[in-house]
Amino acid sequence: MSDDTDLLLRRILTDVLGLKQNQASEFTEDTGLFGHLPELDSMAVAGLLTELEDRLDIVIDDDEIDGEMLETYGGLLAFAKAKREEA
Amino acid sequence: MTPLLWPCPLPGGAIAEEYALTFDRGRAKRLLIVPALFDEANRLRRFTVEVMRRLDGAGIDAFLPDLPGTNESLQSLTVQEPHDWADAMAAASHHFGATAVLGMRGGCLFTPSMQQVLLYAPVKASAQLRQMLRARMLASREIGREETRDGLMALGLAIGIELAGYQLSAEFIRQFEPLTPREDGVEIAQETVGGSGLWLRAEPGESAEQADALAAAVLVALS
Repeated sequence: MSDDTDLLLRRILTDVLGLKQNQASEFTEDTGLFGHLPELDSMAVAGLLTELEDRLDIVIDDDEIDGEMLETYGGLLAFAKAKREEA
Repeated sequence: MTPLLWPCPLPGGAIAEEYALTFDRGRAKRLLIVPALFDEANRLRRFTVEVMRRLDGAGIDAFLPDLPGTNESLQSLTVQEPHDWADAMAAASHHFGATAVLGMRGGCLFTPSMQQVLLYAPVKASAQLRQMLRARMLASREIGREETRDGLMALGLAIGIELAGYQLSAEFIRQFEPLTPREDGVEIAQETVGGSGLWLRAEPGESAEQADALAAAVLVALS
């Protein structure tokens, strides 16, 4: 499977955070998300996870959501990639 | 743009006054707009009003009433039930002499029966509820309290629950969960409007292009 997860994830973050075009392309593995970006509160994270499910065609269970996966861009990307491989 | 009061039926037959934002120049085309729900109402408020300004410029009167218990309403949200919101929107439609209705997102669940029903990015109640339950679960987890979506839903159905800052009764949750947008409406999908939906934004945003596009889509549908 060609992996467009990285691209899709940057697009979702762009939509949820209202970033300018290409701003998300500057995100690195270590870019902080939940707990680092003030606009990414629990409501926004809930929206983000729902968009992830819709656009990546995955289902995220409650017990899969933890601080590590949401803390950095790299963590979220690794999670999304693993979920798509499972699907 | 004029804020006006309109008579809204209360459960039990009394009448309370509720607010509506209106552009009324006595024109033939009169559009009732049912606002988006809960947190999405805040994020789409400015967008909705920007669409109304464009419709006004294009010769269409528009009316944006409050759902009882939300926005400027003095009614308690905890006593509201979804069928009360449907009754309220039907009463607003009648009061303003609306000839068509536009639902915004979850507002599509409360569009009255009319000849022309337009649905902007309609969402099922179950999907909106799921997201609010998830947000509550995440917020609880942050303060070290473990909750699950199933557990929260059971709590909501038993004694009511606060979601996204909205205190909803058990009866509200019970009636709300199965609601779906009417099937006789014309859907205006986000793809038609272009860009990503403003309800997704973590902070309320705006987009002149999207407001232009939604107003244009409404104009076409009403022409």
